[in-house]
Amino acid sequence: MNAVKKLRLPHYLLIAAGLLVLLSLVRVVDGANDVTSSGTVEAMLRLAVPIFLAGLGGLWAERAGVINIGLEGMMILGTWTGAWAGYQWGPWIGVLAGIAGGALGGLLHAVATVSFGVDHIVSGVAINILGLGLTQFLAGLVFNVGHAKELGGGPRQSPPVDPITKISLPVLSGGGGTPDWLGSLEKHHWFLVSDLAGVLRGLTHQMSLLTLVALLLVPVSYFVLWRTPFGLRVRSCGEDPYAAESLGVRVYRMKYAAVLISGGLAGLAGAFLVTVAAPIYQDGQTAGRGFIGLAAMIFGNWRPGGLAAGSLLFGYTDAMNVRDGGQAVHALLLFVAVLLVAVAAWQAWRRSFLAAGLAAVAAVGLLVWFLDSDVVPGELVSFSPHLTTLLVLALASQRLRMPAADGLRYRRGEAR
Amino acid sequence: MSKKVPAWQAVLRGLGPRGMALRIGAPVLALLISLGITMVLLRVTGADPVSSVQAMVDYGTTPNSVVDILNRATRYYLSAVAVAIGFRMALLNIGVDGQYRLAALLAAALAGALSLPAPFGQILTIVAAMVVGGLWAAIAGVLKVTRGVSEVLSTIMLNSIATGLIAYLLNPKRLAEMRPGSNNIATPQVPSSGRVGALNGALSAIGIDLPGRLYGLLPVAIVVGIVFWVVVNYTRFGFDLKVSGLAPGAAEASGVSAKKMIVVTMVTSGAIAGLIGMPELLGASYEYSLNFPAGLGFTGITVALLGRNHPLGIAFAAVLFAFLDQTSDVLQEVEVPKEIVGVMQGVVVLTVVIVYELVRRFEIRREQRAVAGELATGHDLARAGKGR
Repeated sequence: MNAVKKLRLPHYLLIAAGLLVLLSLVRVVDGANDVTSSGTVEAMLRLAVPIFLAGLGGLWAERAGVINIGLEGMMILGTWTGAWAGYQWGPWIGVLAGIAGGALGGLLHAVATVSFGVDHIVSGVAINILGLGLTQFLAGLVFNVGHAKELGGGPRQSPPVDPITKISLPVLSGGGGTPDWLGSLEKHHWFLVSDLAGVLRGLTHQMSLLTLVALLLVPVSYFVLWRTPFGLRVRSCGEDPYAAESLGVRVYRMKYAAVLISGGLAGLAGAFLVTVAAPIYQDGQTAGRGFIGLAAMIFGNWRPGGLAAGSLLFGYTDAMNVRDGGQAVHALLLFVAVLLVAVAAWQAWRRSFLAAGLAAVAAVGLLVWFLDSDVVPGELVSFSPHLTTLLVLALASQRLRMPAADGLRYRRGEAR
Repeated sequence: MSKKVPAWQAVLRGLGPRGMALRIGAPVLALLISLGITMVLLRVTGADPVSSVQAMVDYGTTPNSVVDILNRATRYYLSAVAVAIGFRMALLNIGVDGQYRLAALLAAALAGALSLPAPFGQILTIVAAMVVGGLWAAIAGVLKVTRGVSEVLSTIMLNSIATGLIAYLLNPKRLAEMRPGSNNIATPQVPSSGRVGALNGALSAIGIDLPGRLYGLLPVAIVVGIVFWVVVNYTRFGFDLKVSGLAPGAAEASGVSAKKMIVVTMVTSGAIAGLIGMPELLGASYEYSLNFPAGLGFTGITVALLGRNHPLGIAFAAVLFAFLDQTSDVLQEVEVPKEIVGVMQGVVVLTVVIVYELVRRFEIRREQRAVAGELATGHDLARAGKGR
């Protein structure tokens, strides 16, 4: 793999187009219209945003050299504080409170890892336990009494929070009482045309304003981290803190800032769950999304754009799960089988016959499963995001490069 | 060689990193700090901290509670040992949770279908559980050495996959059956020839009478602890394990294959994880159902951290956590949500690791001062060592 070509935007667009054609094909073959329906794409976006925000939190921390496996705990803190403020003073205050709650978890992580030099993973695990315990405890204490209880709170859930406004694009997707051209196009289930309409409508129909904010964070994060002095300092702490120190960068301060931002973004992911996805705090609501966000970040090679792509992939598989997509996942078996055949051919061409053989066997296995059944059982669909994560990590992790000093203990004034 | 210092003197002098005073003092200090934080938290919620803690202690020392605490501690202990094996090699096996649940389910299905004479059925069930746990953990190990996937992420994903697989298999169409009169789904009951009797009979023979049922497999946990201690401290494998964890470069240079060690460690960890569900399965529930204890793997991580990966330390930590979980119900009576126990456990872990780190820094500073002092007096350390 010494001649790795750098992929640029046109390549990515070409790949995306090819995948869409293939998806459209399996949809028509299997009659599984949910594969590219606007409902699925809408759900994908809604489910991808928390994963993306959590992953962005991980990206900020790891760019400064602090592994943050406590994202899940910070996210849980964000759901609780978000719902607590949200049901009383409206969803946007809830969003701010969610960010603050997550940042509090980030502060704890920064104190433990930066000031006290505790192992990053151990501290993260502790924050996950603490975040879960604290919110369960506080939910029982706050949501289960008095006014909150009358509004529908309980020991495991908060009173409902007003959802954040959703907007649709006029004319194309039926915003503001205008015609819904893409929607009517989608209903015909034509090859490719309806798929394209479904995807576009999913991306422009009933989108929450907070989703828009999250999407804007992709270029903003890129700009701040790669195009400003502050970003350069943060990244230098993740690559070589001793060199940064010798150049006058205040490494502790940078790490604190990055981990606080990281916690805030994880908290925002939690707040998104309570103000957009399900307008309520519930115990166990995050369902491991913090960890999947971390995996999406690794998949995206510690860069915002790649992270966004990874989040959409996991959001899509999660959408299958949420929409009870046994039929759609069944069609996707064929999709993956075709991809595997392509991989097998590519590996055979590169004379890597073991890999080619494995891919071919897997493809045949999936094909047999596809032909032998009508739907995939719901219990198996439930872990499709996690299985995808595992496979993607297994296939991708060797081409990735994490920040050089990621996870290492650093103490001011010491030699390395 | 230097003269051997008696243990009690070593305690007083607190010799180096192996100083007993610090080794025991650090966790005790951490626990005291955590207790203080918990007290403050109880105060804030409006409960009386002293009487709340008193109520927990009173309830926790009744004979019925003691049996329950010991049973819980057995599960926590096995889980923590499984985690500690990984920790010894700087591997964090978060997947213990999925490993033990999957192992318990498949072993329960096997035991329910078996009808072998007394010792064989039990042995086969336990071995099957260890094999399943080991194989499930092996996936993470193999992915790490062949594809460079962090075991932290892969085991988290494997946990979710195990949950889905269990939901798929624990279905009347597959390995389980509906229990009439309830919504519970369970594997077929283990026949009486395949069960392990309670320990109460053996204990009352030596004069200890306990109510309830103490796990018959509790001694297995003790044996696992002893074997863990012996293997880590007195075998080549244990040495390789520690070196690979502390200094991978040195291990590689001395001919230890890091890749092999990672896979072997994960498989061992998973095999021990397979044991976690066995005392409950063969000694109490006789079936894997929706009510089977869950989440033990995560408790195990906490317990292993608190016990500093030492067999005895883990035992104390396991009993402490079992005590907290068992007595949390009492707090409901003083209007404190029982989930405060989760907060306590998180606080304990965080305090423990911070205190350990501070103690480590303190020791390094003291040693540096000692060395600097010796050098300043012109005392030749090397010659002094030989002369003794």
